Amino acid sequence: MSERQPVLQLKGICKRFKGVNALNNVDLELEAGEIHALLGENGAGKSTLIKVMTGAYSKDAGRLELNGIAISPQKPFDAQMAGISTVYQEVNLLPNLSVAHNLYLGREPRRFGCIQWKKIRNDAQNLLRRFELDIDVEALLSSYSIAIQQLIAIARGVDGSAKVLILDEPTASLDAREVATLFRILRGLKESGVAILFVTHFLDQVYELTDRITVLRNGERVGTFATRDLPRNELIAHMLGKELQSIEQTHPCRPPEGTADALLQMTDVSADNGVSGIRFHARRGDAIGLAGLLGSGRSEICSILFGLDGVTSGEIKLVGKPFRPASPSDAIARGFALCPEDRKIEGIADPLSVRENLILALQAQRGWWRPIRFAEEKELVANAIAGLKIVCSDAEKPIGELSGGNQQKVILARWLMTKPQILILDEPTRGIDIGAHAEILQLIRKLCADGMTLIVASSEIEELVAFSNRILVMRDKKLLCTIEGDAISENAVVSAIARPA
Amino acid sequence: MNPRYLPVTVTGILFLVLLVAGSVQFPGFASPRVMLNLLTDNAFLAITALGMTFVILSGGIDLSVGSVLAFSSVLCAALVENFGWHPFQAIPLVLVLGAAFGAIMGTLIHVYKLQPFIVTLAGMFFARGLATIISEQSVPIEHTFFDAVNDFGFSLPGGAWLSSAAILLFVMFSFGLWLAHFTRLGGYIYALGGSAHSAALLGVPVGLTTISIYTLSSALAALSGVVYSFYTASGYALTGIGLELDAIAAVVIGGTLISGGYGYVLGTLLGVMTMGLIQTWISFHGSLNSWWTKIFIGGLVLIFIIFQRWISFGLGKRKTS
Amino acid sequence: MLALALILLANLFLSPEFFHLEIKDGRLYGSLIDVLNRSAPCALLAIGMSLVIATGGIDLSVGAIIAITGAVCANLLNSPFDALTIVILAGLFAGLVAGAANGSLVSIFGIQPIVATLVLMVAGRGIAQLINGGQIVTFQNDAFASIGVGSLLGLPSPVVMFLLVFLLAQFIMRFTALGLFIEAVGCNPTASYYSGLKVRTIKFAVYCFSGICAAIAGMVITADIQGADANNAGLWLELDAILAVVIGGAALTGGRFSLPLTLIGVLIIQAMTTTIIMSGIAPKYNLLIKSLVIITVLLLQSSIFRMQFSRLIARQKMAAGDRA
Repeated sequence: MSERQPVLQLKGICKRFKGVNALNNVDLELEAGEIHALLGENGAGKSTLIKVMTGAYSKDAGRLELNGIAISPQKPFDAQMAGISTVYQEVNLLPNLSVAHNLYLGREPRRFGCIQWKKIRNDAQNLLRRFELDIDVEALLSSYSIAIQQLIAIARGVDGSAKVLILDEPTASLDAREVATLFRILRGLKESGVAILFVTHFLDQVYELTDRITVLRNGERVGTFATRDLPRNELIAHMLGKELQSIEQTHPCRPPEGTADALLQMTDVSADNGVSGIRFHARRGDAIGLAGLLGSGRSEICSILFGLDGVTSGEIKLVGKPFRPASPSDAIARGFALCPEDRKIEGIADPLSVRENLILALQAQRGWWRPIRFAEEKELVANAIAGLKIVCSDAEKPIGELSGGNQQKVILARWLMTKPQILILDEPTRGIDIGAHAEILQLIRKLCADGMTLIVASSEIEELVAFSNRILVMRDKKLLCTIEGDAISENAVVSAIARPA
Repeated sequence: MNPRYLPVTVTGILFLVLLVAGSVQFPGFASPRVMLNLLTDNAFLAITALGMTFVILSGGIDLSVGSVLAFSSVLCAALVENFGWHPFQAIPLVLVLGAAFGAIMGTLIHVYKLQPFIVTLAGMFFARGLATIISEQSVPIEHTFFDAVNDFGFSLPGGAWLSSAAILLFVMFSFGLWLAHFTRLGGYIYALGGSAHSAALLGVPVGLTTISIYTLSSALAALSGVVYSFYTASGYALTGIGLELDAIAAVVIGGTLISGGYGYVLGTLLGVMTMGLIQTWISFHGSLNSWWTKIFIGGLVLIFIIFQRWISFGLGKRKTS
Repeated sequence: MLALALILLANLFLSPEFFHLEIKDGRLYGSLIDVLNRSAPCALLAIGMSLVIATGGIDLSVGAIIAITGAVCANLLNSPFDALTIVILAGLFAGLVAGAANGSLVSIFGIQPIVATLVLMVAGRGIAQLINGGQIVTFQNDAFASIGVGSLLGLPSPVVMFLLVFLLAQFIMRFTALGLFIEAVGCNPTASYYSGLKVRTIKFAVYCFSGICAAIAGMVITADIQGADANNAGLWLELDAILAVVIGGAALTGGRFSLPLTLIGVLIIQAMTTTIIMSGIAPKYNLLIKSLVIITVLLLQSSIFRMQFSRLIARQKMAAGDRA
């Protein structure tokens, strides 16, 4: 290999949390002028490693070297000062400050003790022009969409004299054009010698952009490979630790015979969350998939059905009668259940215990004056944990101590306890390791087979194709088309989404 | 207009409306003399509220300011009267002690992650306790320096008198403006109020900023204690009870969001003056009892917070239920 | 947390006369009873405050509600409508209305509780003054006065009152699902809403309850002195109530709560004051000692402090071991 010393070198990094090895003897080398992908399933240790690199966590053992010199950042600011710049997955900027101020917070140019606002404004405008963003930099950050905020965060990250740039899932909220612009800028930085670490789960982007790949699994480094020498299924095998088991081909749910009547019907529905012209029907036992890119309106349909957003025009009918839920409790009373997209904010009540989280919806349904008897509660909890294979040593533990996948299962179990007619799942497998992923898919199939009506919104097209018998393709908050039964395939959905307007 | 200027603009309009209404009803209401007297009489509240503005902007709260005012006024009086110190020695010491007190509270809040509400509440008891120990009675001050400062001022056209207290008020608010909008610390304070988590990730020195905020607040409270002791020519351990509430009311009426991150120093000044106007109006009126002040101020705070709630939807805050 | 509370209580009880009880005229007397009696108003406030804080809110107005209730009752007792039932109902109604006002601001308008209840805290005493016409209103009514100075089953009536409210509240919280709902709302209001809980109603209800508790406390205080003082009735009592809840281990951000622990918090605060008086330290040191105790409790509750402390102890042990 080359004689060059890596810009950033991690040797033998170890980090433990409450007896669990989050990182075990991890090595990583970043060379100047390369784009290096860091891959691994959730729980593999990617974000822990990044936090160690940036000083948000302190390491238990190992060495961190920047250009050969050992460094030990105590907080993110130290790393920034040393030349390691990080852009996180959630937009970590300040919504109440202007765009320009956000870009230069902490390094504002000053003269005679006063910040030079004019200079900041000009510098900010120039910086953003490189990203093809021509916006008013003095407006508040919160007046712009998440996608633009993310680009601004990235702009802040690439500006300045960073030697190392770390990007954690930077493309999650960007559309194709914005991704192309970002890649162009990253390639430019690569030319000028910056070492870039790129964390993502979009394998296409990895193959398009990166030079080398490091794979983590269960807190350990599996290996580092040159991108062009690593075929995709080998990569996935390294990530999963076993040969990829292809999810069995489509077994779409078929509603039992004789239930031709629509259970749920939406006719030309528009709502105050921006969707319009939605129409579909669902029979008992149907499995409806909602497909489309981020921001296409999938989650918005779920919100409307669950009473979170109001309908402005059109009609929803449930079993032939008009349905206008004003709140989740209305929807629940009519037999709906929603497993929400963001379990941290919308799902789990931490630090309440696992048991309390499990019975919450059922108890809410029964009302406060009819508490669930202790014996019944114990049985329900035990059944839920066994039925969904939730890994939890003690149901009285705060739910925050469970892993993401298990938390998701608890939320699912919570809703199954209410025996809903229609179960809505919004991104049920997001942020879950492959093992739990497969289990949840199996569960969905079983529910289907048992006759429950399902509405599932997901960005994973292969999942939707695996069990849906009707797929609604969404784009820009409008219904693009509906694909039925045998016409369903990954290709059909992808080409529908990609079809020019 | 930039939506973030809306609350302060509304406060300004309200202030003007009250001014006009008052001057229509009572001749001489809006005269320079009355206005400047308003500043002099409320200088101590204004300076305290200035400190409170920064605390609230950062998302915190400081319940100890009334007690710190009392403590510093009584200590100042005791040092000058009972121990024969010259004010030039007593005043700096009092200010330093006030700042140190704030620094301790800020440290407790940051290092041990304690809630500002409770820590400053304990601080309130502590400072009030110390003040009571120094002297339970009022300590009158007779010193030529005090007389000199009280007599100092400029005569302005219209019979108005620009007192030393008013001058100090303008100086402090100019300092506050500079701090908020032209220093890095000011940006850090707003950042903390916007999102403490993001601020930390962006490299804002959260600890230093937090400690500075409470240090500033207590130092300003101590300063207003000194101002108050000049104003009343005495120091008394039981003054300033409830001052923190008035300061918070002034900040809220001035358009600053109690949750932090949004607001202006100038707004607080307008808030103080609005409260002073109401009081002036009531005293001009003569036949309304003083408890109406409380009701009016309470009502004003109510109107403002409802208005702020309506505005904050436009500033991109999320609904939760 | 419980251990800490008990140790503190035990320490404070070391004064010998503390436990001395005697029975005269069919009721108990003694310092212990004294402490319970004096803490009754704060205890009543703290019960309501516990629930409000558990939902992630706070109620600064309860002191002012005490003043308002006192004014309402005192004035009624001086009027032709001085029947005991009417007066008590009116007082409770005043508390309910005040609580409902707070509750609407918080749950319907979505205003931050600290500011929403600040409004009534500031304006409330003005309103009480208005009702009183600026005077301190006194009355002569033995039936009503017995709420403050009378006794029931050998215990002073204020004590009976707060025990009853406590038992009722505790029963409802733990034998129905309401306690769970309140804790869920405090832990994560969004997730609770998504789970079908009527978050707004729950928040509204706790403020109403807090108002009613404050009303009862107001009637106790007014009955005790047979007068309504709009300026001083219950002054700063809301702060003591909040302190009691925090000392009892609850977080101001909401979530888990415990009424028994809150009551222990109340007793600690009151016992502290009594012990200071009994030990002969001049009352001017009262506030100082109170603040130091509060800070100590807060530090002990902080996990960071406990960690630093145990490391310090470990280092000292090592040093001692080296020397040995």
